[in-house]
Amino acid sequence: MSDHNQAVAHQVGGTIKSFSVVWVILLVLTAVEVFLAYEQVPLLIMLTSLMGLSVIKAAMIIAYFMHLKFERFSLFMTLFPMLVLCIVLMLIFMPDASRAFTMRPQ
Amino acid sequence: MSDVKAATMDSLWTGGGSPYAIGSKKFGMWLFIISDALTFSAMLMAYTYCRVSTPDWPTPFHFSPGIVFSSIMTFCLLSSSLTMVMAVHAMNHGNRRATVAWILATIGGGVAFVVLHATEWHTLIVEEHVTISSNPFGSPLFGATFFGLTGLHMTHVIIGVIYLSIIAFAVGRGKFNAEDVEVSGLYWHFVDLVWMFIFPLVYLLSAKV
Repeated sequence: MSDHNQAVAHQVGGTIKSFSVVWVILLVLTAVEVFLAYEQVPLLIMLTSLMGLSVIKAAMIIAYFMHLKFERFSLFMTLFPMLVLCIVLMLIFMPDASRAFTMRPQ
Repeated sequence: MSDVKAATMDSLWTGGGSPYAIGSKKFGMWLFIISDALTFSAMLMAYTYCRVSTPDWPTPFHFSPGIVFSSIMTFCLLSSSLTMVMAVHAMNHGNRRATVAWILATIGGGVAFVVLHATEWHTLIVEEHVTISSNPFGSPLFGATFFGLTGLHMTHVIIGVIYLSIIAFAVGRGKFNAEDVEVSGLYWHFVDLVWMFIFPLVYLLSAKV
């Protein structure tokens, strides 16, 4: 590896305390998800709630455990808007899922 | 001015070698993670589409052992992510012995996850007769999507365990630097991140209430 890469590689961000706090929050959010699974709510509301919590958990893992919070903003801008856009484009099929059953010939 | 800043400024004036101020290995791993995230996203979308559009979707996961097992698996992965962060932290401070210990703890979490997952698959296949193409509960799509999605994820975990074993061995022998450990950590956290979506979508939405 070049000296240049050696120089830019060694960065320190976050503390043991902050990592531990994030870990506890992730465990608590997981417990909330399990609790929600046993609440009698319509499927689409359940799906939306669970996905909302999962996105929060994913954001915390990316920001703290994967260190992105401590990297340059340009790295985030290069990687994530494209990823989010592609995932949102995949969602274009989802409205069909909830009406597909009623559209089948009886 | 720190070494990092100096290296970045130099590179910008000599062709922009590192506009993100990270090493090429780390950037390469980020690009891999983004592409792999798209693969998992497509599979999770397909799973969710099938789940929402199929009224007789099976709900084979009883609270015990199904949901309890998968919750413990989630705990194993989350805890292994914490130990991996500790490994990176220790390596950044030049403590190779602690780094190896934390990576071994991470591997332990990964192995526990795989063992629990294999046990769960065994129960589903042998005792409940769920296969890729059929099951006694309802839509046959369940088996194909369940085994496809969780199988791909388990493959990633197994590869991660092998990857971390190599890193731990090399770090213990005085090879590799902090960036190498951090790059392996990025991969491991990604595997954990994907599970944060598989757990609610596949297990909690198919829980027998």
